[in-house]
Amino acid sequence: MGSDNEKSIKANPLNEQPLRLQEVREQWMLLGLAAPAVLIIVAIILIPVGWLFYLSFVGSDGQLSLEHYQKMIQYKSYARVFMTTFQVSMLTTLICILIGYPLAYFLALLPQRLAGFFMLAVLLPFWTSLLVRTYAWLVLLQRKGILNDFAIHIGLWETPIKLVHNMTGTLIGMAHIMLPFLVLPLYGAMRKIERDMMHAAANLGASPIHAFWKIFFPLSLSGLVAGSLIVFVLCLGFYVTPAVLGGGRVVMVATQITAILENQFDWGAASALGVVLLVATLVILYAASRLLKLDSALFGKH
Amino acid sequence: MDWWKKPASDTQVTHGDRLWLYIVATIVMLLLVIPTLIVMPMSFSDSQYLEFPPSNWSLRWYAEYVDSSKWMRATVTSLQVGTLTMLLATPLGTLAAYALFVSGHRAAKAVFVFLITPMIVPVILIAIGTFYAYGRVGLNNTITGLVLAHTALATPLVMIVITAALRTYDLNQERVARSLGSTRLKAFFIITLPQIKFSVMTAALLSFLTSFDEVIIAIFISGGSNATLTKHMFSALRDYIDPTIAAISTILILVSTVLLLTTQFIGSRQK
Repeated sequence: MGSDNEKSIKANPLNEQPLRLQEVREQWMLLGLAAPAVLIIVAIILIPVGWLFYLSFVGSDGQLSLEHYQKMIQYKSYARVFMTTFQVSMLTTLICILIGYPLAYFLALLPQRLAGFFMLAVLLPFWTSLLVRTYAWLVLLQRKGILNDFAIHIGLWETPIKLVHNMTGTLIGMAHIMLPFLVLPLYGAMRKIERDMMHAAANLGASPIHAFWKIFFPLSLSGLVAGSLIVFVLCLGFYVTPAVLGGGRVVMVATQITAILENQFDWGAASALGVVLLVATLVILYAASRLLKLDSALFGKH
Repeated sequence: MDWWKKPASDTQVTHGDRLWLYIVATIVMLLLVIPTLIVMPMSFSDSQYLEFPPSNWSLRWYAEYVDSSKWMRATVTSLQVGTLTMLLATPLGTLAAYALFVSGHRAAKAVFVFLITPMIVPVILIAIGTFYAYGRVGLNNTITGLVLAHTALATPLVMIVITAALRTYDLNQERVARSLGSTRLKAFFIITLPQIKFSVMTAALLSFLTSFDEVIIAIFISGGSNATLTKHMFSALRDYIDPTIAAISTILILVSTVLLLTTQFIGSRQK
């Protein structure tokens, strides 16, 4: 970009080479400015994660082996962990879609200023510590919590229901934490839809419902898919909320990794699980980017 | 004419037809906001157990928090780490975002993708990875170790905010300055930086909050006298429902709200 301009100016042929050299030098200098950031990512992400990758292939006898991966296939306990992880991620994503779509649609219909105000309802939890929100649900959902008291008071059920330290509590907490990740990209996609298209559809005789499903919904799909994917992928590696609201009954991959480290101090097994988690995440994101050009949805590149 | 019979948009739909949507959206928004807000009144309860509404109001749990050397120590650590992360991640991310945006180099896009990997790699993996690597170099339970790890998490966020700002900014202004004899460095500080300063401020707040709220990495690599607030809160949550947490949560909610409103204000100033 910086250099495009200089290129377009016709240089005296004699100066052409030094100019090109200078340009190349400048490009490298600019890349050099990114070096400190690169260094930190290499030191904190690349080397440690690479190290774990290596550890996952070292058997208990110190030799290279696939022992840890074989265990994953053989042992039923691993299968259960993977199933739970998939189940929680899938259900959370579905709940987010079901309640997030109407919310995003509502916000997209509002005039910009008003939408900005109501958007605070999405942004406030987004900015609030995850731990605080998890704690809030723990307080609300416990046996003698507000929700049970309220439901009994208005006669929805008679004895306190177990809402937390199980799957129900985990899903409620996860959906609450993930919802903004779905609503924000979805809202962005909906805002971009030309209102004139809906008018044209109406003009051609489509009923509002028909126009919505034929025009609006398909156009909002890119945002919906991008948001759902972010939610799903984030859920896969989630630790805090299932650990607190699941009360040890909802064991997901991240929970299992910590358990292995705490109880057996088995770095190989923990690393192998981590590698599986990373590979699953990358595969999903890669497939999605091929399908959708996800990076443009995420970072707004055109 | 009644309000609900008026057309909701310039098609034939009335507000009445959309009533269900308004109701559903309102319920969802309440569900998003209420759980966090309800903690606040509960933190002013006098009771050993959390009740809503509290039967007796008091500042008991705030006193508990302030008087506890464990909580105070952790708060100082978290503030320290958050501030240092902000001071490190903001310049690093801004520099990298600017360099990669301006440079026409073929590798620029690849470097950008590499730099945002911390957003893609599951945090639990970063947590155990740093825990293991830090064990080898003696960085566990140190402020330095925490700041470095949190900087790796915050830098990509800074880059995304700054890159978005640079997209709406006309770089030709910088070219004009340079053609008039200014160096690139000077042109950046005098021409570009003042125009993206609101985004830089947003990025700084975001990186502070990223560090301040971070739980998983802190659980693993912080400890002893350098344990963070989130680490102590997490262990307290796993064991029993301590009303002190409600008081701390209320403070954290206020901090987030103030930071969020600041960025919204900054955003409106920018337009």
